[in-house]
Amino acid sequence: MRFVSLFLNNRLTIAPEHLVDDPGLKPVPFSELPFTKPPPLNTSFVFDESLQQILHGKLLLLDELPFSIETLHEHYENGFIDYQVGVSRTKYGHNCGRCGNEKDRLFASFSCYRCKSETCTYCRNCIMMGRVSQCTPLLSWTGPKVQWSGENKLEWDGKLSSGQNVASQRFVEQVGLDGELLIWAVCGAGKTEVLFKGIEKALQLGLRVCIATPRTDVVLELAPRLKKVFPHTMIASYYGGSEERELPAQLVISTTHQLYRFKQAFNIMVVDEVDAFPYSYDTTLQHAVSRAVTPDHFLLYLSATPSRLMKKAVKNRKLSCVKIPRRFHGYPLPVPKMVWSGEWKKRLERGELPTPFVNWIREQAKSGRRAMIFVPSVSILKKVTEIIRGMVEVPIDCVHAEDPIRKEKVEQFRAGEIQLLVSTTILERGVTVPFLDVAVFGADHNVFSESALVQISGRAGRSKDDPNGQVIYFHYGKSLEMVRAIKHIKEMNKEDNS
Amino acid sequence: MSYCLYCHQSYTERWSWTDLFGLSIRTLLCLDCEDILELVKGDICSICGRSFSLFPEQYRQGDCCNDCIRWEENEDWTGILQQNRSLYVYNDFLKEVIAKFKYRGNAELIKAFYPVLKKQYKKISQQAFIIPIPLSEERNYERGFNQAELLARGISNHIALLLERKTHEEKQSKKTRDERLEQKENPFIVIEPNKVQGQKVLLVDDVYTTGSTLRYAAKVLLEAGAKQVSSITLAR
Repeated sequence: MRFVSLFLNNRLTIAPEHLVDDPGLKPVPFSELPFTKPPPLNTSFVFDESLQQILHGKLLLLDELPFSIETLHEHYENGFIDYQVGVSRTKYGHNCGRCGNEKDRLFASFSCYRCKSETCTYCRNCIMMGRVSQCTPLLSWTGPKVQWSGENKLEWDGKLSSGQNVASQRFVEQVGLDGELLIWAVCGAGKTEVLFKGIEKALQLGLRVCIATPRTDVVLELAPRLKKVFPHTMIASYYGGSEERELPAQLVISTTHQLYRFKQAFNIMVVDEVDAFPYSYDTTLQHAVSRAVTPDHFLLYLSATPSRLMKKAVKNRKLSCVKIPRRFHGYPLPVPKMVWSGEWKKRLERGELPTPFVNWIREQAKSGRRAMIFVPSVSILKKVTEIIRGMVEVPIDCVHAEDPIRKEKVEQFRAGEIQLLVSTTILERGVTVPFLDVAVFGADHNVFSESALVQISGRAGRSKDDPNGQVIYFHYGKSLEMVRAIKHIKEMNKEDNS
Repeated sequence: MSYCLYCHQSYTERWSWTDLFGLSIRTLLCLDCEDILELVKGDICSICGRSFSLFPEQYRQGDCCNDCIRWEENEDWTGILQQNRSLYVYNDFLKEVIAKFKYRGNAELIKAFYPVLKKQYKKISQQAFIIPIPLSEERNYERGFNQAELLARGISNHIALLLERKTHEEKQSKKTRDERLEQKENPFIVIEPNKVQGQKVLLVDDVYTTGSTLRYAAKVLLEAGAKQVSSITLAR
């Protein structure tokens, strides 16, 4: 679709080409329109409430809105909707209006059937959420806000540990103010419960809250828990393929990627696993967080392994921080053991595994305990799995990020149908399985950073009935990151005793 | 250093003597992604070009697969499609790659296959009209581009847009084989029949699944006077 610009009632305005019957006007892609002021709000206009509920606080493509262009444009003319350029030209290249991408290599152009341009540029960075191109406007709601119901009682009778309680109190005190706070909690501290009281207060004040996390698995785990404890609140979960994206919700649980769809929506933003790839890595995601919040907002960061930059900010008192060094069951974190296992790469090429690792696998199979084996890459994953399969006769499987049945496999592992699960770093966070041992194969590989190793070690000993899971790093020479990770864990345990 | 068109990871090219002589033809994907693609090679069905190594022996008769024999035995379809050649096996990874350019609209990703397509084209057929399988008006608007046309442009700068798809039907990928074979009316029309008369035609599409789309297109072209129709697809 192209747009035309025209004078209407002495004002320069714009309209989709087929809504104006004037062959004298030249239709152009949206990004080539002259600048126009959006029409003023016409308070006597009767707006569509379902459109308000879907679009309020969002930034969406025409294709994402189940309304006719006639309806949408009528709302624009009455000042209830604003159009914004999808991909705009900058001094040095392009800028994506949705994800903020400015990297040249992440733009491409094609001969577009919609705007008839031979070189319609689109953003490849956020393509998974629908194509934003030079001819697609992004729509936002400029009409009245959605009013939330006052019923938002927390229905939860669990108890917080002393560490959780301190963090929870700090959060509650800050609700309604501007600022930011880091909750630094060990893996298994029970971060979700820490949020309950603060969220309740915010919801009762009529504020809108979002919990953003890098992983879909975590959204799927959190949403039902929150729905259970806030039974009267409108809650929606956002992830690729979610069906709740059109619901008006005061509390949103979203993957960080889905935040691209929001604009000035949240008063309180909880960013889970703030250090996790890809959040800390990808600057466009930071852009998404800053655009998804209202101008006055409170940011709460959760992490078990804050980045060095963040720790420094805490040390210099630029960022306030609460630590929860103890797991909710009160036991210390299992300290990883390092086992030298020779040139594992070369052995693998010959189709063999290092002897210490083989011995461990055999014992593990005999003991009947579940184990997760982390490996550095997908190609290593397949080889290792095959060799182990030929060695022991227990149910074994492997998962990686692109695995279409990842969710099912993790479920099977949880249910005990798989005893040994080989995984890339994709399962380093969020997966909680009781009675579990953990091994890292090739722990000296550079994908295993300090935070990845701490997270991986945090998988073990999660249940109070089995607080001492085994954690072993199989390596060919200690890496700095391995040493740092072990130091990190020991320090957290020490802090707990003090 | 280059960036993988699919996963955006940076990578350095594998270097070997064949590169030096310009003999190796690679996709514009990183090595990890390219390794998951399976080239169609070894024994293939002489008609549809599927790899025999991937399915049980009992589905094969001579140098043809059972599906092609079924087509050829039906007198309406005997000899309609001379041959099809495909680059890759339609495995889970390629399904995702195709979904990404076709349904998510990442048109640039198609270019990753240009070098390999060109090479394959040189092997099988020259001096043919290159005609991409068209989309219906509605579908073309929805996607913003026709993936088959973009693939065809990778083969040659001279492509002929001589086919049109009449009606907006349900997506082929949502139909079963029987449903695809049953459809009676041919969805394609030849725009300028005089141009194809006595010509060889090479059809281009993204996936050969049952072969019915390509055969319907071949049929209208032969009816319009084309001499011979073969096809090339990215996946089989």
